[in-house]
Amino acid sequence: MTARASRWRSEYTVFAVMTGLLLLAPFVTYPVLVMKGMCLALFGCAFNLLIGYVGLLSFGHAMFLGGAAYAAAHAAKMWALPPELAILFGTAVAAAGGLVVGWLAIRRQGIYFAMITLGLAQMIYFVCLQAKLTGGEDGIQGVPRGTLFGLIDLDDTRAMYGFVLAVFLVGFAILYRVIHSPFGAVLTAIRENEPRATSLGYNTDHYKLIAFVLSAALAGTAGATKALVFQLASLSDVHWTMSGEVVLMTLIGGLGRFTGPVVGAFVIVALEKLFAESGGWVTVAQGVVFVLCVLLFRQGIMGKLSTWLKRPL
Amino acid sequence: MPGGFSAPALFGQLLLGLINGSFYALLSLGLAIIFGLLNVINFAHGALYMLGAFVGWGLLHYAGIGYWPALILAPVLVGALGVVLERTMLQRLYRLDPLYNLLLTFGLALIIQGLFQSKFGSSGEPYEIPELLRGAKNLGFMVLPIYRGWVTIVSLVVCLTTWFVIERTKIGSYLRAATENPAMVQAFGINVPRMVTLTYGFGVALAAFAGVLAAPIYRVSPGMGADTIIVVFAVVVIGGMGSIMGSIVTGFSLGLIEGLTKVFYPPASNTVVFALMALVLLVRPAGLFGKSS
Repeated sequence: MTARASRWRSEYTVFAVMTGLLLLAPFVTYPVLVMKGMCLALFGCAFNLLIGYVGLLSFGHAMFLGGAAYAAAHAAKMWALPPELAILFGTAVAAAGGLVVGWLAIRRQGIYFAMITLGLAQMIYFVCLQAKLTGGEDGIQGVPRGTLFGLIDLDDTRAMYGFVLAVFLVGFAILYRVIHSPFGAVLTAIRENEPRATSLGYNTDHYKLIAFVLSAALAGTAGATKALVFQLASLSDVHWTMSGEVVLMTLIGGLGRFTGPVVGAFVIVALEKLFAESGGWVTVAQGVVFVLCVLLFRQGIMGKLSTWLKRPL
Repeated sequence: MPGGFSAPALFGQLLLGLINGSFYALLSLGLAIIFGLLNVINFAHGALYMLGAFVGWGLLHYAGIGYWPALILAPVLVGALGVVLERTMLQRLYRLDPLYNLLLTFGLALIIQGLFQSKFGSSGEPYEIPELLRGAKNLGFMVLPIYRGWVTIVSLVVCLTTWFVIERTKIGSYLRAATENPAMVQAFGINVPRMVTLTYGFGVALAAFAGVLAAPIYRVSPGMGADTIIVVFAVVVIGGMGSIMGSIVTGFSLGLIEGLTKVFYPPASNTVVFALMALVLLVRPAGLFGKSS
């Protein structure tokens, strides 16, 4: 069996196992919790496209998650758009934001890139805090889930669950395709050695910007979907703690592991559930996991599993 | 500010801006020194600034030790914690991508902030202005609260002293040499790892010093570091981390600009620094004082 065929087989197995688990999950635990996990997982996968495959650490990805949540909530509530269009609108807003932010941020690399994205995200946070459109501290509440394609009433939890699962799987598949395309190969080349990619004739800034916009757009899809699940768009989705959380998810799962953020997202959701009643302790727990991951566990869960099973995950 | 603005209000806001600028300068100075030698962006800087304020508060509250000793003691204690953190954790990651140390210090920031949040809630504790610095002086064009004047002056003195030590003394020359080429300096028989540790400790102590200074002005609260550090990062991007004097000048000026914005267009006062950051990226991506890499 060729290496390529083996990779395909093992990744299809992973895909099948993941889908199977997500289909079973609502019978085991709260569906809303799993839906939150799926939204965050898509968010993490979108983020991972940058850190894992281009080597860019965005410390402001909450602005796309939260910004799209506001956009979709506004579209669904004020303009009475159906859910599919509201999510598309949120995605478009995030993509447009990603274009501007990416255009500014890719002027610098490494640590500076992280600080710039963090700063711009904080600016968006203050805009959301003060603007009338976003409802300040209250956020946008009572967002209608609406009727999908005019046929399926999403107020039914099972229908909503299926819809979120579909959105997640489609987003996941898009990212999978991007990473395993020639375009994705160029991204990896940039991560490994940018001057060399430049000398081979690739306009690396161009590639970075496209990757950034894609990542922002899918983070937006996740945020818009999350807004419909919880029927709420709020400040917590644009806050820097959310940007930190997505970094943590990716780190737990394994940087540059395709399925890493999915595992990481569910770990984070479980962690938050566990410490839900205890105020500051959830922050402490996240900090401890951060420190442990960086010092002792840089491969992440999927990285360890991959070594253990001796196959790429 | 409804209905126009008066001269005292203008000067009042400018002074407040200058004070914020003092903290930006002290914090970005520490970040720049640490970054120069360690190539690490210390995300925990804001949390350690908050810790400095809480140590000051704790010394008074639990041990009856007042403001003046705390101004020395808190930086020493927090600096010592910095030394421990560098020795036990940061040091292990120097050979890896610097992003790992960014993530490590972010995790440390979360731990410190979370611990204080669960102990003190988010509202925070008041800290009295020391007796000697209470009251206000009428300068004719404005009334100057003495403590605020003190903060501005002492920050400026500390910043300039630090600049002098690094740029004009023998110890500073070792530090600058190690920033340029650590292996070479090590070959000359200077203990670079120890210098790195002490530098981290010193940068962190500066943050704690700023924290004690800030305690009587703002309430001592667990969240005070996080919001500040994000602004300071923007300050660092604007100034570029290449120059010590650059950090000081940028810190104070951005504080002033923030203060001015509060007078003329209050809603933008939270965002003006970030907007300026975007502007600087367009015009001079390496930062105002930065060397392009």
